[in-house]
Amino acid sequence: MTIRVSRRRALQGAGALAVAAATLKAPAIAQNAPIRIGSVATLEGPFATGGQDAYRAMEMLFQAENMTIGGRRIEWIRESSNAQADVALARARKLIEQDNVDFIIGPLSGAEGIALKDYSATLNGKTIINGGSGAADTTLRNPSRNFFRFNTDGTQWMAGLGTYVRRTLNVSEVTIVAGDYAFPYAQVFGFSLEFCRLGGKANYLWAPLGTTDFASQIAQIPRSSGALVVVHGGTDGLAFMTQYAQAGGNLPLIGGSIMADATMMSARGPHRRLMVGMVSGGPVADVIDDPQWNDFVARYKRMPGAFPSPSIHAVNFATNTMAAILALKQVNGDLSGGQAAFQRALQGLKFKAPTGAEVSLDHNRHAISDVFLNRIEERNGQPTTVAFQRATQINQTLGVPEAQFLALGAPSRNNPGCVAAS
Amino acid sequence: MIAWLQSRAGLWTAGGFAFLLVLPAILPELMPANQASFWLGNIFGRAIVFGIIAMSLTFLATYGGFVSLAQMSVAGVAGYVVAITVNGAAPSIVGGLAYMTAIPLGIVAAVLAALFVGVVSVRTRDIYLLMITLALAMGFFRFVETNIAWFNGYEGIRNVLGPTVFGLPFRDPHVIYYVSLLLAATLYGGVLYLVRSPFGLVLQGIRDNPRRIAALGYNVALHRVAAFGVAGFIAGCGGVMMTIYNIGISPGSVGLGATINVLIMSVIGGLGHPIGAFIGSLIFAFFDTFAATIYDRNRFNTLIGVVFLAIVLVSPDGVIGLAKRSYAYLKAKSAPQRWDKPT
Repeated sequence: MTIRVSRRRALQGAGALAVAAATLKAPAIAQNAPIRIGSVATLEGPFATGGQDAYRAMEMLFQAENMTIGGRRIEWIRESSNAQADVALARARKLIEQDNVDFIIGPLSGAEGIALKDYSATLNGKTIINGGSGAADTTLRNPSRNFFRFNTDGTQWMAGLGTYVRRTLNVSEVTIVAGDYAFPYAQVFGFSLEFCRLGGKANYLWAPLGTTDFASQIAQIPRSSGALVVVHGGTDGLAFMTQYAQAGGNLPLIGGSIMADATMMSARGPHRRLMVGMVSGGPVADVIDDPQWNDFVARYKRMPGAFPSPSIHAVNFATNTMAAILALKQVNGDLSGGQAAFQRALQGLKFKAPTGAEVSLDHNRHAISDVFLNRIEERNGQPTTVAFQRATQINQTLGVPEAQFLALGAPSRNNPGCVAAS
Repeated sequence: MIAWLQSRAGLWTAGGFAFLLVLPAILPELMPANQASFWLGNIFGRAIVFGIIAMSLTFLATYGGFVSLAQMSVAGVAGYVVAITVNGAAPSIVGGLAYMTAIPLGIVAAVLAALFVGVVSVRTRDIYLLMITLALAMGFFRFVETNIAWFNGYEGIRNVLGPTVFGLPFRDPHVIYYVSLLLAATLYGGVLYLVRSPFGLVLQGIRDNPRRIAALGYNVALHRVAAFGVAGFIAGCGGVMMTIYNIGISPGSVGLGATINVLIMSVIGGLGHPIGAFIGSLIFAFFDTFAATIYDRNRFNTLIGVVFLAIVLVSPDGVIGLAKRSYAYLKAKSAPQRWDKPT
């Protein structure tokens, strides 16, 4: 007797086998199981190069540990979002629920951060460590006990600038030109808070994102202004500076944290004349006189595709990844017990970020750290940001008691933070 | 109803619904528990939620002939109204309302917004309708992105956790799944019923020949606006579910990408029948989640694009068109004696 197998039979059999194989659950191996780390950054959309640079820095740090901590191998699962909150949330859910990661490092942009903070609050025994997102409310209002952020936010990045303008430049009135959206609101708030507290007076001119003609705004700058604070980014900043230079403007310039970025520095045109000497605030600069930073940059430059200097996203992700690695080492890779020990270790960390800034966390699990005052200098024919001063141990409320800071309300164009000392 | 259930379409529908009802019991047998709950909440649940929004577009396109790109915005109106008015959202804009009040309010707002879209676009067709609804959608997106006082701008409104259903929190994947499944089934049944009603027949008449319908004495413009209102109700239900599923809403949910995604779901599923919206949405959810695992992480959008392109290329009327044709082909092959009867 022969056994005849038709093609349909064979296919059915193969299908059944596949289902059976998928059903078999892999036996759990607790001993030396790998540590599964997920990450969310933007590999698509407006911040794609920033996201790639962030992963470059993370890879560098994991490789330095030989992909092993506490005898457990690191398994790193990278996901990509496009800077939209919903997409970041979908990716985080996949990492936690499908890929079963122990914790997530990410995301990169503000609205994503707030979405993941809310998601982390619904989790038990899982942790999300921020990547580079910098919206204040990710940790300031309704914080989540599972969300940790070791980088500073947009308001903190302006720390020291107001004092510099009021005291060092001895300017009593400034005009602030800024983009009409969340990130400039936060930055303007940080500047005004300090500047007005020291008795300064500020005028505000807001322009929507994507404005190309600033001529009427430039005409509105009061003559009494002693300095100009520009909180635009990318092409908006370039358009403003070009027109301001063409109009013969010569007020001392103060910039927001994304003014001194690659778009502004590499473009040619009349704005170049004004850019050199511009002072800005931020968590990072091209040149920081600190051995930790020099070492970090040297290692970073050896990575394939690296930029001449690490981007702000690379530094923020690196800071948060360093925190994760240090805390993992403290608990010797032990994430059992609902990660309680790991989260305690994160909370108690005190370490030096790649920039050489000391980082620790406040009670909302947000970074208290140093920010830099940078000046643009011409070095080897290239405009370069050089850190010349450091505002040390800035907290999220810029030294204002938290209740008082919260009472000021969220930053907006109607609430730019200019409150005189009481 | 009984007769319809005995028809082939009715049997398929009832069978499919029964399968989806027991799916939560089957999934844990196929995969580890945590993955089963992921698939339930974030593949099937998500597919049903977005399928509802896509169905509002499919309804308009299939029975009215209007391809509107404003459906995601209409869903967003419902989502934003819930987020603005409900208790517990962060930041609290108006707040104070329970979900039982906020949700109907959101759906009413969505219907009003959809009627507005219908009135604005009542004299346009085809590509012009597409453009005007796209313009409205982008206008709404820019508005919520820049308005801080009501919509909290770019960061949006978060922490919309959803009500408790029979004492269970909404965040449980089973609750999200079953609530959206029952809602989708009700709306789906409603659409199938509506298109057989006089209103639906007039709507299909307008699709085929608006002048003839006008000559018969029907008010074409009014029927068109009403169809947008019905689609707005469906999109509003989907928008509320989407907001609760995403634990909040931000401008990204109603941006250009999201608007186009709804169109993609409808088209790859097939614009011939409301079920296409859910099939398309399931395919979309699957590839959107797993493309990066299947293919290179830096280039996974290429895979998503290729799959969608392949579906539309092979079958201009989407997956349901493909299924219909393969069924007809198989039937013809297995029953050669009936060659004389053209199918």
